[in-house]
Amino acid sequence: MRRRLRFLLGHAPRELDEVEPTLTVLEYLRRIERRRGTKEGCAEGDCGACTVVLGRPEGGRMAYRAVDACILLLPMLDGCQLLTVEDLRMPDGSLHPVQRAMVEAHASQCGFCTPGFVMALYARLRTPAGERPPLTDGLAGNLCRCTGYGPILAAGRRLEETPGGDHLEAREAETVALLERWRDGETLAVGRGGRMFYAPATAEALARLLLEHPGATLLGGATDVGLWITKQHRRPSPIVWTGRVRDLARVEETEEGLRIGAAATYREVIGPLASLYPDADAVLRRVGSVQIRNLGTVGGNIANGSPIGDSPPLLIAAGAELLLRRGEARRRMPLEDFFLAYGRQDRRPGEFVEAVVVPKPAPGTLFRAYKVSKRFDQDISSVCAAFRIDLDDGRVAAARLAYGGMAPVPKRATRAERALAGRPWSRATVEAAMAAMERDFSPIDDWRASAGYRMTVARNLLLRCWLESTGEIDRRLDRAPEMANA
Amino acid sequence: MPDTPRRIVHRPLPHDSAAAHVTGEAVYIDDIPEPAGTLEIHLARAPWTHAELLALDLEPVRRTPGVVCALGAADIPGINDIGPTHRHDDPVFAEGRVMFWGQPLFAVAAERLETAREAAARARIEARPLPPVLTIEEARRRGDLVTEGLVLERGEVARGLREAPHRLAGRMTIGGQDHFYLEGQVALALPGEEGEMRVWSSTQHPSEVQQMIARVLGIAAHRVTVVVRRMGGGFGGKETQASQFACIAALVAAVTGRPAKLRLDRDTDMIVTGKRHDFLVDYEVGFDEDGRIRAVKMDLAARCGFSADLSGPVTDRALFHADNCYFYPAVRLESFPCRTNTVSNTAFRGFGGPQGMLAAERVIEEVAFATGLDPLEVRRRNFYGGEGRDLTPYHMRVEERVFAEIVERLAAEADYAERRAAIRVFNRENAWFRRGLALTPVKFGIAFTATWYNQAGALLHIYRDGSVQLNHGGTEMGQGLHVKVAQVVAEELGLPMERIAVAATSTGRVPNTSATAASSGSDLNGMAALAAARTLKRRLIAHIADRWGVGEREVEWLPGRVRAGRRETTFEALVEDAYRARVSLSATGFYRTPKIHWDRSAGRGRPFLYFACGAAVSEVVVDLLTGEYRVERVDILHDVGDSLNPAIDLGQIEGGFVQGMGWLTTEELSWDAEGRLRTHAPSTYKIPACGDRPRVFNIRRLEGRPNREETIYRSKAVGEPPLMLAISVLHALSDAVASVADHRICPRLDPPATPERVLEAVDRLREAASRMAAE
Repeated sequence: MRRRLRFLLGHAPRELDEVEPTLTVLEYLRRIERRRGTKEGCAEGDCGACTVVLGRPEGGRMAYRAVDACILLLPMLDGCQLLTVEDLRMPDGSLHPVQRAMVEAHASQCGFCTPGFVMALYARLRTPAGERPPLTDGLAGNLCRCTGYGPILAAGRRLEETPGGDHLEAREAETVALLERWRDGETLAVGRGGRMFYAPATAEALARLLLEHPGATLLGGATDVGLWITKQHRRPSPIVWTGRVRDLARVEETEEGLRIGAAATYREVIGPLASLYPDADAVLRRVGSVQIRNLGTVGGNIANGSPIGDSPPLLIAAGAELLLRRGEARRRMPLEDFFLAYGRQDRRPGEFVEAVVVPKPAPGTLFRAYKVSKRFDQDISSVCAAFRIDLDDGRVAAARLAYGGMAPVPKRATRAERALAGRPWSRATVEAAMAAMERDFSPIDDWRASAGYRMTVARNLLLRCWLESTGEIDRRLDRAPEMANA
Repeated sequence: MPDTPRRIVHRPLPHDSAAAHVTGEAVYIDDIPEPAGTLEIHLARAPWTHAELLALDLEPVRRTPGVVCALGAADIPGINDIGPTHRHDDPVFAEGRVMFWGQPLFAVAAERLETAREAAARARIEARPLPPVLTIEEARRRGDLVTEGLVLERGEVARGLREAPHRLAGRMTIGGQDHFYLEGQVALALPGEEGEMRVWSSTQHPSEVQQMIARVLGIAAHRVTVVVRRMGGGFGGKETQASQFACIAALVAAVTGRPAKLRLDRDTDMIVTGKRHDFLVDYEVGFDEDGRIRAVKMDLAARCGFSADLSGPVTDRALFHADNCYFYPAVRLESFPCRTNTVSNTAFRGFGGPQGMLAAERVIEEVAFATGLDPLEVRRRNFYGGEGRDLTPYHMRVEERVFAEIVERLAAEADYAERRAAIRVFNRENAWFRRGLALTPVKFGIAFTATWYNQAGALLHIYRDGSVQLNHGGTEMGQGLHVKVAQVVAEELGLPMERIAVAATSTGRVPNTSATAASSGSDLNGMAALAAARTLKRRLIAHIADRWGVGEREVEWLPGRVRAGRRETTFEALVEDAYRARVSLSATGFYRTPKIHWDRSAGRGRPFLYFACGAAVSEVVVDLLTGEYRVERVDILHDVGDSLNPAIDLGQIEGGFVQGMGWLTTEELSWDAEGRLRTHAPSTYKIPACGDRPRVFNIRRLEGRPNREETIYRSKAVGEPPLMLAISVLHALSDAVASVADHRICPRLDPPATPERVLEAVDRLREAASRMAAE
């Protein structure tokens, strides 16, 4: 056990022995470090005013990613470099190119969201061009209420043409060396007043810890648990964090298909999953925002059992199976069986989600995924749908239609599936399935959508799937082409 | 004003805080280093929508270790009312009755917020729930108004409706809107000697906050100083709403003698602060075959929430804009400011104007569908102008038709007619996607309708090194007011911008100020600062003329220096010389808007100095399977007179448009059956994100059109009017929806036009069309 949290704030080492397990990075920055450039706008990872940049050594270089400090817990910084807006000014005191671009584009009005945008743009600047999402996707996690975004996007576009080098990059080798030196296989155990935060470095240590603390709160990216803390003022203890367990974050192709480690983030999963099921990208790139996808894990999205998580419908449609582990004992089940009822999953005390296994599509598999929400970006789905339809010579050999937002759990439309199975893949068949869906779901009315709208959309998405398969529809509005001008 | 080339005004200078913004060095109230011993305050909210408060026992809270104080209505030494119109309907803490879910009941202070929050749960509260009134309709049925409504009437409307060749009636609901300023409400209070209180408040109206603190604490206003350097956004949400939190911080500071800070988290902010009013409009219109309106009758009912707040002037302004650019030969408009058991709605960019304008545009749309004319043609035919067609429902003459000129130029530049034809073809050929196009104009009245508000003061100091400190009564919320006013002073004094520092707004520097609201910030404060600069300039000219023994007229005031004949001196030397000659280097400036007057009981007057105008064309594409849509292209032409700062104004136009678009599309406030707000954070309340910005967005200012009124450097106000340009987005969506019934049925698409509302309208129109076909 290592009882000291270690990270870099800018280039200054921080080694802390006493750490409140639920202290957020934002609180830490503002109250303890008195770095107050980072703002609180919502305390739920939805506005991006608290965007900071997290650096980790990867392959001998620093990888920098934007994250929301408001829901990130301080011990999650272990072994990382944290950069805030205060780190950006050039050594001579002049503005950093990101800051200069924002000023020149008139991209701030009230200025409160500005440090968050600056840091989101800075993380982009330090991301290899090929790995950057389109600019509007990249900034979808930062809300501005004043500018209408045009000047910010203009600054962002200008920066795309800027070479990334700066004073922070000049010290990169030194940063990598220090963080590599800190890297160990010990379990981090820090806390205060008997309340503990554990961060094991191996799956074995994780399994043992959970046997010792079967009531522990299992923490992935804190994009859900973080809100228990900031919104419901809960102070769970002990917390066991999966983020340091490297073998749990692996995403690997196997004989069966894709094995997604439970601690793999959305960012890490999107590419490999989309290479098997290209349309999965349509939903995954709209889950949360860059900041959220950099932290949130697919395992967490499953384990928390939310009826409105976007990854379960995709994975269920694909026919994924869940691997659970307790100590050395392992279980495997179809993913849909994990969700028992609202807020209740088939996970025993001390057990954890180890991985999801996604089978390869069969030849002739049609896979489509859709997310419908009030706002395209960074919004929780009114309806999320994923369809895997195995076609054999124009007939439906098998169909898996999975939905989020339609029931207390992510759920298959089994009656509609039966209406498809064995029938020709035709409009008449699809319409019969749409009618059958009536008895699959009785969705609720809430502030996101009415029951009626949910049902209509759930059906129409199946129709859309068919129309896309025939080529009658060839566009989706959720794909925003980059802004033509600003 | 002299017609000399300008060095500094009319130039696109950056926001004065731009560098501080991007470095995170700009200080907001929560960033101020807390004085030692500062207490943090938790606000306890009522869990009932409407209830009689029988008992509130805070002793168990006070006894909790770590709690320094717990204060409710009974602990207020002065008056428990912060209503801006002093109706005693807006308590700091609920007293006797709880009027809405989330109403502040009491405050708890401790060194750590967590301590205060946890202790608050120990309060013993007894209440008897009462049936709440939640909807505008119910409140109207009960006739319960928070303040008196207004009637604007001209001509014989009953006869006009009766005798018109065509007549129709309809109803429109208009959603509310949360301000969603990124910086929530916050105040820091520092007690001083002999009852003095210094409060940093994130407010658009420091003088009112000062007055309210004095009332609540029962002390004189001269003991209270309210300071605001900047807000992290306001949009009207910090005009009256900041008072409550500043008063509570001051109360805790007064009771404990310690500094105290109250910062609302996002959820509390959205639950306890007022929003844009939602409206229910019933309209009737009489018109002829050519789409010319003969008479209009409208009832505009607003959900005001539990108290008056600014609902009187907000609903008045809705009436003032229920004509938009259109002449109604006979008209009767009536407002109903309805009381409901919900949070008290308040100012929000446009201040009722947008709701009135939406109703006007709905009437135009109805006439267009009824006559089969292009809505743009109906708009043109009803524009103000021509013999006897220039009188508004409030009997003010519309003296210039700049909106008509803007509409024609924009229609031509944005290829309105060609695109409309192309869209019709696209829609005929497309089963699953439909496009829509609409051009809507904006005419927005500039001046506070409370005439006495149209005044401003400034205080200018020149120090011995020649640097200038500018104080004025306006507040900076991101709109660029400070840079504009500094430009005015720099221009007038012939100094570079870096010689002018704008000080934080303080009630101790400029007293009795008006709210920075009604788009009036630069019109009012720019003029006041100009007056102060001119006073100082006159004194310096008189001094140097005397020193040189020349006439004042011979003194030339040049950038950075003065000259008379061959004699010349720098500004700095002149200032030092004047100081030694004991010339006062400090001056106040004052301004009051000319020409305006308003008789509310008669419904007549000239409430506005001028109108700010613009127009927008929006094009959308709608997915008929889900109701999802994209704004594909927007073209704007907007009149800001001779812009004080074109970069700042462009930012106001774009930002206002996108905010208006959010209001009319994705921003949906949702209350449950018990009257609890369910959308109180960005996870559930969706303001536009950067991807929602129109894909093609062309914004132009109308150039070469100085304000015909004598405003500051002939500029026009710009804060609010552009928000209403977004009405074009709603109408473009409506146009797309209408295509499913071959444009024969008015879709009556009510905002917010969420994807769900759009799909509902599509399905409704399809059904109606098939019924029509069957008949």
